[in-house]
Amino acid sequence: MELPLAVTVGVLFGSGVYLVLQRNLLRFVFGLILMSGGVNLALFVSGRLTRGQSPFVPEDRYTPLEGIANSLPQALILTAIVISFGLTVFALVLLLRTYERLGTVQTHEMILRLNDPLPDTGEPLKDRRPPQPAPYGMHREPPEGPVDPFEGVTDSGSGEPS
Amino acid sequence: MSWLLASPILIPLAAAALAFALPDRRNAQRVLSVGGSAALLVASIMLLVEVSQNGMVVLQAGGWAAPFGITLIADHLAAIMVVISAIMAFATAIYALADIDSGREGLGYHPLFLVLVTGINGAFLTGDLFNLYVWFEVLLISSFVLLTLGNRRAQLEGGLKYVAVNLVSSLFFLVSIGLTYGLTGTLNMADLAIALQAAPQGMVTILAMLFLIAFGIKAAIFPLFFWLPASYHTPPVAISAIFAGMLTKVGVYALIRAFTLLFTQDVGWTHTLLLWLAGATMLTGVLGAAAQNEIRKILSFHIISQIGYMIMGLALYTPLALAGAVFYLVHHIIVKANLFFVAGIIRKVAGSFELKQVGGLYRHAPLLSILFLIPAFSLAGFPPLSGFWAKLVVVLAGVEVASWPIVVVALVVGLLTIYSMTKIWQAAFWSPAPEGVEFKGPAPKRMMVPVALLATLTVVIGFYSQPFLGLAEASAAELLNPAIYIEAVLGPEAAASYVAPILDGGRP
Repeated sequence: MELPLAVTVGVLFGSGVYLVLQRNLLRFVFGLILMSGGVNLALFVSGRLTRGQSPFVPEDRYTPLEGIANSLPQALILTAIVISFGLTVFALVLLLRTYERLGTVQTHEMILRLNDPLPDTGEPLKDRRPPQPAPYGMHREPPEGPVDPFEGVTDSGSGEPS
Repeated sequence: MSWLLASPILIPLAAAALAFALPDRRNAQRVLSVGGSAALLVASIMLLVEVSQNGMVVLQAGGWAAPFGITLIADHLAAIMVVISAIMAFATAIYALADIDSGREGLGYHPLFLVLVTGINGAFLTGDLFNLYVWFEVLLISSFVLLTLGNRRAQLEGGLKYVAVNLVSSLFFLVSIGLTYGLTGTLNMADLAIALQAAPQGMVTILAMLFLIAFGIKAAIFPLFFWLPASYHTPPVAISAIFAGMLTKVGVYALIRAFTLLFTQDVGWTHTLLLWLAGATMLTGVLGAAAQNEIRKILSFHIISQIGYMIMGLALYTPLALAGAVFYLVHHIIVKANLFFVAGIIRKVAGSFELKQVGGLYRHAPLLSILFLIPAFSLAGFPPLSGFWAKLVVVLAGVEVASWPIVVVALVVGLLTIYSMTKIWQAAFWSPAPEGVEFKGPAPKRMMVPVALLATLTVVIGFYSQPFLGLAEASAAELLNPAIYIEAVLGPEAAASYVAPILDGGRP
């Protein structure tokens, strides 16, 4: 059983790496999801595979029987799944936010949109909701002139509501 | 003494939980943030005293014996790092009172900051590889949110790069853990140190390289550092400062732990590689900084070049070199965070981070100028400040083993650091202010106090460096003799079964 699983891990990693190398960040996140699936499988196989031997302790004994499945990797995988679920959800929400604010999910376009002439009022660019006040008064930035994209940005983010 | 060992994790965690429970009570949150950090500082100093008097402190969580349960352990290095992280947390908590706007506070800045500190301390104190992964994730997720809190465009753009690269690094870390478990059947670090001695050499070296990639991304070593200058200048300064001070250093700490305790079988290959990486890290960082004209970006690139010195200490792998690396860690965290704090005050007083748009600060804010000079000169290695001793020890260690190329690189990079610092000094402080700069009153006291505190600490370490060097030497002695660590965790029998590797096999 190890060989097919090892091949699966390889395929998951390969396709994950292919997706991670794309410019589209949504594909990047999908690549990460595939790779973390591969990592979890690798963890599973590293605990050795035993068929049909549940790690239960029989009622009249204090220790489990010989040759039971190793339950530690499963505990590790469970932890890893929970963590990667949370991180993936955060990455997706961050991506959505970026799309709303910068209007693109392409990495090479983002740096150019930083100094987009569109007024950066804090309203999402493609917002279908009715206009809302910017929450907490933090999105209003001083108007920026044209800036060399490689200079980066001059907005401070230093916490002064303007 | 188990409560003492767990308290650097529990205190900020409890404060964070309370702060989460009081989302609308901004003042209560501020008190929790500052008070929690102060309590943490007291507890961590007590822990350091305990460690330096009575040796390593160990806690087996839940009473499960060592290789099966999760081990918490504080040796000298971990205790020193926890104290420094507490000092940084305290300084940042005060600085944030004036720097973080009410919007970000309303979005939960204070609890997130405390969770970040929890994660950092957990990573320093754990003795279990998978637990280290969990603490890394705790500090990562809170750093993700802190970095993007506020949703400015630049933050989102920088935050995406930071998140993406760090998620890849976590995957590397996790798969290396899986393979390590597959090879040895244990994840307790002390147990691993024994098990890896018996494992096939080739596989162990492959694992070492995987861990090098995973920790190297976090530590921002060459060529894995590109996420750092892309993201560290985007959030508010209080957040940048604690990131710049602590986060990469967690990676460096993990590297030191891995390459002194676990992967010492093939020093000729692994540590030579580390030495090359150290040189490249120093050079690329300092050259990148020379090309920048925004204060926070200059400082971000300097983080990278300074990481190179610490890795150099680890790579040379002699008692003096490791002591130098530990001393450098302490010095660098204090100085770098302080420089970020000063940058924030410059922005507050003169209105910009761009060197072209500020000036005349020496005339206008003389106290601030002095408070900038101390960390800046210390970073560049002027005697008698802390940076001089740090560089001196590391370079001496290089001379001791006649590793001349790295010594030359270290000295040249020191010179170029002076160039960057004088560039900031010249443009922001000495030259007359460009037209249109409006100076806004004196800097808020809440911003000046932490800067003065850290600058004093820099001077104290400089003039009174013997006790600090003594602590660094004690940690180096422990790091070079893993049997002490193993005995503390697993007992004397296991320590006797540990065969120390022959170290002179292929010194770089």
